[in-house]
Amino acid sequence: MINPTEYLPRSYHTRVSTYWWLARWAYLKFILREASSVFVAWIVVVTLLQTRALRRGPADYAELQNWLRSPFLLALNAVSLFFVIFHAVTWFNLTPKAMVIRLGGKRLSSLAIAAPNYVAWVVISAAIAWILLRG
Amino acid sequence: MLFSAGGVVSAMLMPIHVLLFGLAFPLGWLDTPSYEHLLALVRHPLTRVYLFILCSLPLFHWAHRFRFTLYDGLQIKHLNELINTFCYGGATLGTAVAAYLLWRIP
Repeated sequence: MINPTEYLPRSYHTRVSTYWWLARWAYLKFILREASSVFVAWIVVVTLLQTRALRRGPADYAELQNWLRSPFLLALNAVSLFFVIFHAVTWFNLTPKAMVIRLGGKRLSSLAIAAPNYVAWVVISAAIAWILLRG
Repeated sequence: MLFSAGGVVSAMLMPIHVLLFGLAFPLGWLDTPSYEHLLALVRHPLTRVYLFILCSLPLFHWAHRFRFTLYDGLQIKHLNELINTFCYGGATLGTAVAAYLLWRIP
């Protein structure tokens, strides 16, 4: 079985620069969208740290909260919030492209497919906030 | 499939988590929930399942997306074995950590 990364067919390949994505705004936006996944992973790390601190007791949890108040963490999480929202918006806006639904022969508009995602997003967020803020 | 499930989970659930735990609570915009309330929440089996999904699926979303970003963005597809191990291995490791932590809540 030929390893596809080692076999080069005998056709002309221009060398693509490592920085090709800086050449156009559209390319940069694409890379930023994909890079949002890094911040998604970071938030998982924060969530796991919170879970670990909760397990260990109130002192550990208070220490974690203090750590989250440090300017660096606040800045990082503010940037993360931007990218997580950016991910959500670009994701929801892609659903019409991924799901083509026809009603009675006519294709449903993009808005009709994307909008329910946004509604669900708001409802779910409100529910989570309510659960957390109750106590 | 894991990629799209992770994408949906991170899109729907993460923003509010980051807004609250990353900004609103540390900055004092809203009253922080007490340790007791959070511990009580986390003890509930449904919360643990929720948190497991919140931690595991987005990691696989990241793994898949980041792998192709490295391939296409930085043009380093020849490092694919290293990249795959890092990405999917990382996601699996994170999932294992999440499972361990959530299983053993006192």
